[in-house]
Amino acid sequence: METEQEYIITVFSENKVGLLSQITTVFTCRNVNIESLTTSESALQGIHKFTIVVRTTPETVEKIVRQVEKKIDVLKTFVYTADEVVQQEIALYKVTRSSSVEQLVRQHNVRILEVDTDYIVVEKTGHKEETQALFRLLQPYGVQQFVRSGTVAVIKSRRELLNEYLEELEKMRRQPEPVRTGA
Amino acid sequence: MNTSSSEARQTVDGPRMTGSQALLESFLIEGVDTLFGYPGGAIIPVYDALYDYRDRLRHILVRHEQGAVHAAQGYARVSGRVGVCLVTSGPGATNTVTGLADALMDSTPLVLVTGQVGSELLGTDAFQETNFVGITQAVTKWNCQVKRTEDIPAAMAKAFYVARSGRPGPVVVDITKDAQCGTAPFHYEKIASIRSYVPVPEPDPECIEEAARLIDSARRPLVMVGQGVILGNAETALRAFLDKSGMPVASTLLGLSAVPTDDPQYVGMLGMHGNYGPNIRNRECDLIVAVGMRFDDRVTGSPKHFGEHAKVIHLEIDPAEIGKIIPADVPVAGDVRETLPMLTRLIHRRDHSDWIAGFRACDRIEEERIIRPALHPAGGRIHMGEAVAAVARAYENDAVVVTDVGQQQMFAARYFGFRRTRSLVTSGGLGTMGFGLPAAIGAKLGAPDRDVVLFVGDGGLQMTIQELGTIFQSRVPVKIVLLNNSFLGMVRQWQELFYDSRYSFTELTNPDFGMIARANGLSYRCVERREELDDAVAEMKAAEGASLLEVRVEHQENVFPMVPAGAPVSEIRFE
Repeated sequence: METEQEYIITVFSENKVGLLSQITTVFTCRNVNIESLTTSESALQGIHKFTIVVRTTPETVEKIVRQVEKKIDVLKTFVYTADEVVQQEIALYKVTRSSSVEQLVRQHNVRILEVDTDYIVVEKTGHKEETQALFRLLQPYGVQQFVRSGTVAVIKSRRELLNEYLEELEKMRRQPEPVRTGA
Repeated sequence: MNTSSSEARQTVDGPRMTGSQALLESFLIEGVDTLFGYPGGAIIPVYDALYDYRDRLRHILVRHEQGAVHAAQGYARVSGRVGVCLVTSGPGATNTVTGLADALMDSTPLVLVTGQVGSELLGTDAFQETNFVGITQAVTKWNCQVKRTEDIPAAMAKAFYVARSGRPGPVVVDITKDAQCGTAPFHYEKIASIRSYVPVPEPDPECIEEAARLIDSARRPLVMVGQGVILGNAETALRAFLDKSGMPVASTLLGLSAVPTDDPQYVGMLGMHGNYGPNIRNRECDLIVAVGMRFDDRVTGSPKHFGEHAKVIHLEIDPAEIGKIIPADVPVAGDVRETLPMLTRLIHRRDHSDWIAGFRACDRIEEERIIRPALHPAGGRIHMGEAVAAVARAYENDAVVVTDVGQQQMFAARYFGFRRTRSLVTSGGLGTMGFGLPAAIGAKLGAPDRDVVLFVGDGGLQMTIQELGTIFQSRVPVKIVLLNNSFLGMVRQWQELFYDSRYSFTELTNPDFGMIARANGLSYRCVERREELDDAVAEMKAAEGASLLEVRVEHQENVFPMVPAGAPVSEIRFE
């Protein structure tokens, strides 16, 4: 039995309605829970990027990635382990205002977004463990709301893999694939 | 119509027309000649336009939308062309889902056009509205919704390209009613590539070399062919590869007829009800060369034990299939029509006749234990295998055999014997009862010069029996062999073997099939005695139009050999 570990999967796709659910279905089919998911337009115009964090085995992640790549509108999918990326999450805390809270906030290097008469909203960016740790510290003072984003990640390797892939595609497009069968 | 280039009408510019006309023009550019469909509210504009295209597009009016898809599948499977269906929104669309799932599993190129409510009504739970793009995500290779008239040609070009390229599959294009009714200048550009889609992966020369080395050094190799050979029109390339390599070859259910059954190197069908040799000798193999197949669990039994002493070379167009079930020692991604000749060039000529002789020894055991008793039973009612053999004799093993799902499917696959490719149309991956009758209609229309014979059980026939009306109206001369055992035979067999003979709801009290056949204009005969069988088959064959031959067979016959589900294939049982 292979052991589970955390994987950060990045999916680059055309901007097509319904693609998110097509991608998540691949995980559902194999009973793999998505730990976090963020999606937005990538640095390349018209190309969307999904960052998906899962805990699973190397074998399962490889099979999932092939199924995701099989989707017609998916350009390319990459898989990284946690040590191959720099990743961050952002967390917002709305906490009941008190002198001890303000002290705590100063100690923990967080951004203060808003201060009201009876509450304070702060932001912390970091790994899930760090944002979770601050949540635990603030809890005794009354956390009215807490929200955490999905993971965003950049890869440590200097090579920008998608750019290489797109260049390759451009080369291939100059010699289009022959259509295999008749109508 | 102006064509911008003389070669194959890649780009077409035409006058302003409605979306419905644009759709039909798109069909013509893509070479479509036959549609299977059923009209309804949200697709009436297309049907109205179709009225003026009757001279160029043949429309087969089915009796249920599921039948339209299965018919299109039959058409596509025998002809290699894209099957095309046309249905309305809501229930018309949802009725096609089973067929789409079947086509996705069995890699059948289809384009299904569904009507949709007007775009201003989308998402309002309008009459006959369903989110069909959402529903069919899991059962299509690709789908899209078109809400603007001017987008129809591009959507159709992409639909046909995706359906037929690479590993083929079903595509849905959902067109809102206002898009059908609006007008726009017609501009069509055939598609030859899509940025995000690699239909045929580039073969890796190093993998080909490594594969050739393994093939040259193998002592007990076995080639396993699947439908990829047929879909890739790679039969000749396979022949050359087999000639030079000298290796024995087995087939999956869907690969049947890619290699003639009487080929000296052919050692039979793989899988649960396959032949004894390729199953029992699986453990002895030191090399498996899988060609365009996907190691379905009905083929592998327990994957852990499948070819456990063998290296595996996997030639496959879909990278997601390589290593999905059985790890490949040498993955050879690519179209087998390209990769097989690359391999053939590199390998040395070999002779494996001693190894093949071992399979023949297995054949003799199977002949004695299974085949002879199945085809020449001592007495009692007619057995299914006998009926299949009688039909095969009458047609000299040269017909398009269409089957439904269940025991008759396995008997047809085991005992018909095939001479040429694209001779078996069957629901493999999804195992769809009710597939047979409509698929046979489509097969006959897709291969009008060939005889089409359907084997169907009494259960499966009644699942889509309304398509007899399609045969009646469209005069499609299919020959139907109904193997009636008054049971859902395959489930009954499992109940007998694994559920202590508790026949829970598998016994059928059937209607008078003769009356139903005659009411639908089919000639009909029923046989119960084996002495009449050959004569009855001859009568069916000679009948002018469609014909139904009911064979009242043994009620509680079992298909053997059998690999119990999930067991190693070497644990194949004779009883």
